Amino acid sequence: MSVNRAQRVDLEVVAGLIPPRSRVLDVGSGDGLLLELLQETKQVDGRGMELSQRGVNECVARGLSVIQGDADTDLEFYPDKGFDFVVLSQTLQATRNPKLVLDELLRIGNRAIVSFPNFGHWRVRLSLFIQGRMPVNDDLPYSWYDTPNIHFCTVRDFVNLCNELGATVEKATALDGNGQKIGLSMPWWFWNFFGQQAVFLLKR
Amino acid sequence: MAALRARKTNNEADQPSSPVLRFGADKPLKLDAGTLLSPFQIAYQTYGTLNDARSNAILVCHALTGDQHVANTNPVTGKPGWWEVLIGPGRIIDTNRFFVICSNVVGGCLGSTGPASINPATGKPYGLDLPVITIRDMVRAQLMLIDHFGIEKLFCVLGGSMGGMQVLQWASSYPERVFSALPIATGARHSSQNIAFHEVGRQAVMADPDWHGGKYFEHGKRPEKGLAVARMAAHITYLSEVALHRKFGRNLQDRDALTFGFDADFQIESYLRHQGMTFVDRFDANSYLYMTRSMDYFDLAADHGGRLADAFAGTRTRFCLVSFTSDWLFPTEESRSVVHALNAAGASVSFVEIETDRGHDAFLLDEPELFAAINGFIASAARARGLSL
Repeated sequence: MSVNRAQRVDLEVVAGLIPPRSRVLDVGSGDGLLLELLQETKQVDGRGMELSQRGVNECVARGLSVIQGDADTDLEFYPDKGFDFVVLSQTLQATRNPKLVLDELLRIGNRAIVSFPNFGHWRVRLSLFIQGRMPVNDDLPYSWYDTPNIHFCTVRDFVNLCNELGATVEKATALDGNGQKIGLSMPWWFWNFFGQQAVFLLKR
Repeated sequence: MAALRARKTNNEADQPSSPVLRFGADKPLKLDAGTLLSPFQIAYQTYGTLNDARSNAILVCHALTGDQHVANTNPVTGKPGWWEVLIGPGRIIDTNRFFVICSNVVGGCLGSTGPASINPATGKPYGLDLPVITIRDMVRAQLMLIDHFGIEKLFCVLGGSMGGMQVLQWASSYPERVFSALPIATGARHSSQNIAFHEVGRQAVMADPDWHGGKYFEHGKRPEKGLAVARMAAHITYLSEVALHRKFGRNLQDRDALTFGFDADFQIESYLRHQGMTFVDRFDANSYLYMTRSMDYFDLAADHGGRLADAFAGTRTRFCLVSFTSDWLFPTEESRSVVHALNAAGASVSFVEIETDRGHDAFLLDEPELFAAINGFIASAARARGLSL
């Protein structure tokens, strides 16, 4: 939603978590980049939900199965465990009720994949610590007053929310500022400091 | 001239210029009204060639006052087919690739059995002796036509408005016969407001003394005034307030000042009168009663215990719904409720709402975004169906 194409390295990571021919719902499918990637490389049965009507129309014109909808209000119409994977990439922080949305993802999908920008990243901390300002940079390009990202969280915050919702973290990946995966053996605090984006594979 | 065209309409009802499929006593049409219609006939047009696998057939369902002449010059009006902007050689629905079928609905007046057809029991036009026809009845008859062509599974069923209702009915009644479905500017039921407008139209027809209780042919008359008024009222619902005002405003018709009388002072009045007058030349009044009734009776959820999702349970059909922002006859919410039901049924569904001020009739017009959506949907469905491009 707020991150441009070149920076969507998280999409590759998400795609890597999905086996071929899965049933996938991409919530916040944007311009359909992930759905297209999954259809081409994994032959998935992919569906999308996107808030912006323009994004939807473009997706449908490109042959993707996408509807206009709001993650905050329209997930309730999907049946339990209707998909193998429900993906929410770079959208959680823009929802009004992230807890409810995550709960719905875990209900609709056998597994949920969530990627989000980590507000615990050292550059964010540095901006707050040194300048005393909310961070504005290439990855987080909005000012505090016009950002669609109303619910930022850190990796640790997210892990806590998963625990609260009874979700198991099956796999987690943190990407540093260059889009490189951070070593698996590192502890949470390390990820929370050096991970600019995080991708979680969840199950409940 | 008008009388000549009117006679031609009558001829089209019984002796259509389209191919006709006749079903005898051995193949009656089972009607929701609880009776059988027999014998009956379906007039249809086809375009393109059915491939050897019979997998490239597209069924187009027409709207309230439409007909089977979707992509050829209309034999009554002499005008281009009603969806020629979309369907034809090299068009978005390319008849060089697809075998396109469009049939006049049962209850219509261009060759399929309807109230203007001769009732074999009396030798006179059916009039109101024809049982009320439902959307499901129309679809049942279409299925018999599709069976006649030996088509196991239609590649796509599409249509707008009342045509869209038929698409939804097809997908619900015969999911295994429909690979993809494209209902446009429609809903799973007719709203109270829509029924209200239809009732105004019907009352206008029935209030015309020339209607004669539906037996006007026997009196050598046609309730043209009543039908024209019905069309005028309905036509308003097909347009948006913004588009009407942009086109006509308060402009005067061929005059510089108000006349302080009841002539068509305003352009909009003159326009509507023209719409009404040309309509009666091409359409049968009783058929108008039957068509409007079929839409009023349509309620797909009610047929499934009030749960619309159950109308599509287990469906494997690929859906694409389209609505228009300024359509107040079938507002976006009607499409969205179908989308939600399809989501609940786990169906593959796309949904596009198109920004336009052209109202309900936008589906018949040259709308680039509509065409882009249809193109994308058809192309991806064709890939999934293994149809070569």
